[in-house]
Formats: sequence, structure tokens, C-alpha cells
Amino acid sequence: MRWVNRKIARGNALLLGALPLAVLALIYLIAAASRHAANPADKILPLPGAMASAMAALIFEADPLSGQYLFWADTLASLSRLGMGLGIATLSALLVGLVLGALPPVRTTFGPMVTAIAVIPPIALLPILFITFGLGETAKVALIVVGIAPFMIRDLAGHIAALPREQIVKSLTLGASSWQLLLRVALPQAMPRLIAGLRLSLGPAWVFLISAEAIAADVGLGYRIFLVRRYLAMDVILPYVAWIALLAVAIDFLLSRTSRTLFGWAHKAGH
Amino acid sequence: MLSLANVWVEYGDKVVLERISLDIAEGSFVSIIGPSGAGKSSLLRVILGQDQPSRGSITLDGQALPQECGPDRGVVFQRYSVFPHLTVLGNTLLGLEFAQAPLAARLFGSARRAAIAQAEEMLAAVGLSDSMHLYPSEMSGGMQQRLAIAQALIKRPRILLLDEPFGALDPGIRTDMHALITRLWREFGLTIIMVTHDIKEAFGLGTRVLTLDKRRHDPHAPHRYGAGVIYDIALTRKMAAEAEIDASITIDTNGNN
Repeated sequence: MRWVNRKIARGNALLLGALPLAVLALIYLIAAASRHAANPADKILPLPGAMASAMAALIFEADPLSGQYLFWADTLASLSRLGMGLGIATLSALLVGLVLGALPPVRTTFGPMVTAIAVIPPIALLPILFITFGLGETAKVALIVVGIAPFMIRDLAGHIAALPREQIVKSLTLGASSWQLLLRVALPQAMPRLIAGLRLSLGPAWVFLISAEAIAADVGLGYRIFLVRRYLAMDVILPYVAWIALLAVAIDFLLSRTSRTLFGWAHKAGH
Repeated sequence: MLSLANVWVEYGDKVVLERISLDIAEGSFVSIIGPSGAGKSSLLRVILGQDQPSRGSITLDGQALPQECGPDRGVVFQRYSVFPHLTVLGNTLLGLEFAQAPLAARLFGSARRAAIAQAEEMLAAVGLSDSMHLYPSEMSGGMQQRLAIAQALIKRPRILLLDEPFGALDPGIRTDMHALITRLWREFGLTIIMVTHDIKEAFGLGTRVLTLDKRRHDPHAPHRYGAGVIYDIALTRKMAAEAEIDASITIDTNGNN
């Protein structure tokens, strides 16, 4: 059978998906073991045992200076920054994207401005944000918002503007006002796209979060990675990176499930 | 009822329709046919209010038509006429909710129950009683068009405009839909204007058939002349012929034409 026609059963799919990851892990173990065979004090490719003990200190033991469990404090700080950034960006994308997409006068007026903001590299704005908002939480959240909101707004506005003309005309012949059309026709069809846009923005959001934390923070996953880099503490960096990846996958999975549960109609196969 | 007086439709220097003057009587079923690009759909869009004529005037019951679509003119397109995010019932309720709830665009309590009863009645009339809670993506093309008709009719439009409504359907389904639209036309006393590619359908359903085409053609500038009504055929035998074909349907013997 040709490969384009191959269907993979669920159990096999899990197995096949796990295989490359397992191979990567194996390659790492072999490389780490061979380096440690040559130099038992090697720090660049730590063995799993070293990672476990380094992480155990961060997870289960309070830091003698601050009295905090650093791993959990870092996770909480990063997730709350990320959550606020994503929340604000999503909400503004919904409000702005909806009216931008559905109301031609608004699109003509504000479309170019959104485009202009969207082409600025967000990291270039980071100094401005630090100067304006100080080095606290606000600047970090603002960087995430500035980084992903323009994309989400444009994506959503484009989607709404591309709704079939027939649908809009049909709503009008059913007696809809602009407000009613926004509320009952545009908004519900915007929601699954908004979640899809949010899922696509997760990657950039993490990039902006880690960047902001690397530059100015006293707690956070990105802060910790960049702090321990000075001591070549790969035994902390690698588990942290894996943890970030795990968090990102979990959030993505949660969003995808939410979309399927709440907006099932958007995920059914069309005719 | 509906009058077009010397209507022209032009996009830039391209003339699509020229000198269209028509009077459409209440209760008639007008079929519009013509070759591709003859402006059939443009004529429909102008009557719908989606496009504006560049010259001439259109009046409905003596009143000039407003410059945008409204609930007095219902429409069924070939595709995309129903909302993918609403169930069959939700799609049908929408017109009632728009009229009765200007702010929330949703009905609650007894008003909602009354609207649901009305929608159920309309869905029964188009044969969708068993599919009330399906989404459009779960239905066949024919069922979607039934829904689109129910959705439009619940507003009791003065005119129902059909833009190749059955063009994408299988021949068997199409025959069912012809029977359905004929029955609804009689039961609700509708005035229907239908654009179609299918000449048999045009003559089979209509009480009047309009043929659009270009009267003149300039080979060096084909866009400079628009289409007009070249044939306007009143089908007076319609009612008698129909009575023989489907005797089971109660027929308004006075005739609607």
C-alpha cells in the first residue's frame, strides 16, 4: 500500500510517536556516559542521577536564603506572567479582531495601525517597556502582550473578514443589526479561531517570557536557567527546559480539548 | 408589487445590466435564466439590496427600496446560507431572536418557548422535524437548503429570492426540492424570484420566465453593452398543468398569477 493511504491505529500511533523521543534520549545517555567515562567530573552532559539530585534540592528543599522552594516559586512566577500575558492578549484580540474584521469603517481606520505595530520586533520594544513600566511584573507581561496580540488580532480579523459574504447578507435579511451580527454570527465563529491563534502564539509567548526573565527578574524559570548558566549547571538547565516543554505541551493540549468541547461544530468534518 | 424602472448596473465602465424595467406581481414565481455572465445574479443582488443600481429605481409596494438588505426580502443562496455554528433549530430561531431581542439577540423563558414552537412548525413544513439538533456540517446539501428556506421563511418576507438554490444538488433531491418549494409557495402565498441555470426547472416552477442576455454586442468592447430582458414569458397554463401532476396538493384555484 502506498504511504499516503496508510492509516495508523491509535496504539501504534502512540508507540511510533514515542520512538524518536526514546532514540533522542538514548543518544544523549550514550554521549553522556562516554564523556563521563573519560572525565567523571564532566558538567556539560550530566547523567540522569546528577540531574535528579540537583532537581531534588530545588523541588523538595527550601532555599536557605529566601526560604522558598525554588522550583515551585519559579514555576508559579513564570506561569502567572504567562497566564496574564496570554489572557490580556486573547481578550484584546477578541475585542479588536472582531470589530476590525466585521466593521469595514473600523478596519479602514485602525487596520494600518495594527499592521504597523505588528511589524515591530517586540524585543526591540523591551527597553521601552522596562523604562515605562519599570523592572517589575508589568513590563514582562506587557512584552508577552505586545509580542503576540498583534498577530492574534490580525489572524482573527482576517478570519472574520473572510466569512462568506452570503452569511452576512443572510443575517441582514433576517433583520440583524451590526451589533446582533457581531454577537450571534461573528463572535461564535471567532472563538475556535481565537483558540487556534492562541495555540500558535504559545511558542512566541514562551520566547518573550524567557527573554524578559533572563534580562530582569529575581524569580522565574527563565531567570533560573540564565542564573545557573554561570556555573555550567547543565544538571539544572536540562530538567528545566524539559519542564518548560512539558508545561507548553500541557497548555496546548488543554486548549485543544477546550476548543473541541466548547465548539464541537468547528471540528466536525464538513461535506 | 415590485417595480424596477430603467435599472442599470455598472461596475466601472463595465455595463452588466441595462434598461431593466419590470413589474413583478404579488404571488408570482419568476424564474430568471440566461447564459453565464448575463447578470442574473447581479439582478438578484440589486433586488436584494446587496448592490445598488447605478441608474434607475426599484420600488417595493410603491416605496423606494432601502440601500441595504432587510427582512422584507429573504434569500437562499446556492451555498453558505446557513450558519455552521448553530444547530438546525438555532438557525431557524435566529430571525425571530434578531427581531425580538435587539440587545441580547437571544430569547429566554416563555418568549423562547413561543419562538421554538414557531420554528418547529416551520421546520416541519420543510421536513426537518427529525433533524432539529444537527449541525449543518452533519447534513446533506439538500437538507441544508431545506434549512435555509425555513430560516428565510420564518421572517415572512415579502419576496423570497433564490440564487441557484438547487444547483449543487443531486437530480433526485432536486425533484424533491421542486415539490417542496412549490408547496411552500402556495401555502405561504409567497412571491419568489429564482435565478437558475436549469431551463427545465425555470419553466417547471415559474409562472413567469425572464431571459437575460445582451441585445447588442460590440466585438471590440464587449463590456460596453449590458444585458437586458430579451424574453418575458408568462406561463398561463401553469396552474392547470400542475393540477394534473400533483393532484394531492390543495391548489388555490383562483391562481396566483
